[in-house]
Amino acid sequence: MAINRRNFFKLAAAGSTALAVGKAHADDSGLTVDCSDNYGVLVDTAVCIGCRRCELACDQEHTKSGRPPESFDDKSVYEKHRRPNKDAFTVVNEFADPAKPDDKYTMKVQCMHCNDPACASACLVGALRKDAAGPVVYEEWRCIGCRYCMVACPFQIPTYEYDKALEPRVRKCTFCYERITEEGQMPACVAICPNEALTFGTRQRLLEVAHYRIKSHPERYVDHVYGEKEAGGTSWMYLAPAEFAHTELPRLDHSAIPTLTETIQHGIFKSFLPPLALYGLLGLIMHSTREKKDRSEESSNHD
Amino acid sequence: MTSHELPHPIRQTPFFTKGTIVLAILAGLGVAAYLYRMIAGLEASTNLNDQYPWGIWIAIDVATGVALAAGGFTTAALADIFHKERYHVIVRPALLTAMLGYTFVVIGLLADLGRYYNVWHPMLPSMWQGDSVLFEVGICVMIYLTVLYIEFLPIVVERFKGRVNLPGILGIFNDLIESFLTIADRTLGRFISLFIIAGVVLSCLHQSSLGTLMLIAPTKMHPLWYTSISPLLFLLSAIAVGFPMVMFESILASKSFKLKPETSVLASLARYVPVLLGVYCAIKVVDLAMRDAWGYVFDGSFESIMWLIEMVGGILIPMILLSSEKFRNSVRWLFVSSALVIVLGVALNRINVFLVAYTPLYPDGVYIPSIFEVMVTVGLISGLVLVYRLLVMNFPIISGEESGPDRGRRLTKTPIAQEVRQGN
Repeated sequence: MAINRRNFFKLAAAGSTALAVGKAHADDSGLTVDCSDNYGVLVDTAVCIGCRRCELACDQEHTKSGRPPESFDDKSVYEKHRRPNKDAFTVVNEFADPAKPDDKYTMKVQCMHCNDPACASACLVGALRKDAAGPVVYEEWRCIGCRYCMVACPFQIPTYEYDKALEPRVRKCTFCYERITEEGQMPACVAICPNEALTFGTRQRLLEVAHYRIKSHPERYVDHVYGEKEAGGTSWMYLAPAEFAHTELPRLDHSAIPTLTETIQHGIFKSFLPPLALYGLLGLIMHSTREKKDRSEESSNHD
Repeated sequence: MTSHELPHPIRQTPFFTKGTIVLAILAGLGVAAYLYRMIAGLEASTNLNDQYPWGIWIAIDVATGVALAAGGFTTAALADIFHKERYHVIVRPALLTAMLGYTFVVIGLLADLGRYYNVWHPMLPSMWQGDSVLFEVGICVMIYLTVLYIEFLPIVVERFKGRVNLPGILGIFNDLIESFLTIADRTLGRFISLFIIAGVVLSCLHQSSLGTLMLIAPTKMHPLWYTSISPLLFLLSAIAVGFPMVMFESILASKSFKLKPETSVLASLARYVPVLLGVYCAIKVVDLAMRDAWGYVFDGSFESIMWLIEMVGGILIPMILLSSEKFRNSVRWLFVSSALVIVLGVALNRINVFLVAYTPLYPDGVYIPSIFEVMVTVGLISGLVLVYRLLVMNFPIISGEESGPDRGRRLTKTPIAQEVRQGN
């Protein structure tokens, strides 16, 4: 199984590269790669009971902060809004529709693993990249520590080890890259979730599940799968009982974030023609004004 | 044909004056803060955090530094490409500013990079990431810095060829350096034009791309500065600030070294400035109107005030001042208006784009630079001025005539000099 899966990913990687080369715009996202076969996770906040097991599993798998397991039972953390940081790649927060303040629901946040990630487009050395399997992967040995990824991320997810004078790393959810691509397992948070609020699968399958749930329980969900279209789509997607405007997830356009900067960059450097044309033009000006100068000097010498 | 002096090392003033001692102290404090950042890390030395990943080291040391070094390529274009010969006297000072400016940009950048020792990574083809705006900026700056050093080589040749005499043990390198200078002298003359044009092209590319950088954060940027023509605005403002920067420095240098200011050259150089500022200003205003963003100008927010200071103080006022011949012929007003363009028109613009316009999604307070960040930035600027002074005292860069002792004091009232024509 694991071997088959690995081969599948090799094929998928080759396929997506081919797609990336033959760019074609399919919808309003400006997206050039089909991500429906990528892995993703559906977070159903109507089912989430806010137990924080996902935070515990993530800490044991990745950050290893040394916090005792009991500390993750503490629900008083919901009094204050928290964000992921270098010691916690995922955190759970509590929200409510202001019209129904007693109907509280809890929501886990982590890296969304965008289909067209702004962080990867921003990174000048390719330290962040969208893997064909779905995860946005960070290769720390490439990183120069410019933190442009943090400026770029529309979800404000990458965090930084500012405390380290040497070898500081960008820290964020890895989507348990090795677990899902090499060990054939689910991400640690999904595996531990006691109420199946987290569903792991291909993006296409998850979208089917999400829309099926909305259709079968319209009283339970707002008709919106967050991450289906936002920022060109994300690997992690959300269902919620109320409008997402009440949560910390930002309101985003459907277009992929890097579209504008990449259009400008590729326009300027189209086959290097614009810079070369400018070079040629300046050369011409230099040549012609020099001749003029020589001639005017000659004539003044004759006078 | 002309009585004008050729560039020569300025030797009649001592290196240390009251002013340079203050600068040396500031530079020393900057070095100390720089070392502290390298040893203790970014958390101890800066107020950067996960919400505000970029601070004044990027906004001022890098973005503003690059913009203010634009005098190098604009002057080279004017004098060497468009062959406006009278401006040759300012080519070398502007080149030196650009060379030192970019050198200090890189020093400042190294402080900000978490893994500064990996700064060379973008040179490896295996690391190239062509979608990244920052990649282009990085590569262009690296190549341009090299071009600037090459453009500076003829000055080194002129000063030291046939006279290389290193002290003590370094003397063993004398022959090697001598032959390097000889080869440089023989080859450079033929190829220098290629480098000069390359310098202008590279500058246009990365000056504009610095304006593309923040376009990747549409949801965090204030609409007053978030526009898809930001790269064009960055390029136009860099071009507009080039000559004011040359004017500002030339006046400072002539005052500091008690030289006759190049009033006539600077006054005619200043004629270009209102035109360049006008184009920049017009495009900025039209863009704002087309994006229907005028409402943000007068909403009384901090951002709107910063935008108005930038537009009125840094663009409109100097534009009006320099449109008048009377003000152009006054050293004082040349100085004031160029300072306005530099500080309010361009430096403030870069600070606005990279800091003021940037609002993180989940801010936990606002970013205010730490004392160490300020010390490094101030130290870099002071260090740059000191190295500039050291180099013009030892290399043929400035071609000013010494003014008499009394004329030095009446500097700001010097009448416009007879038109000086630099012949060659």
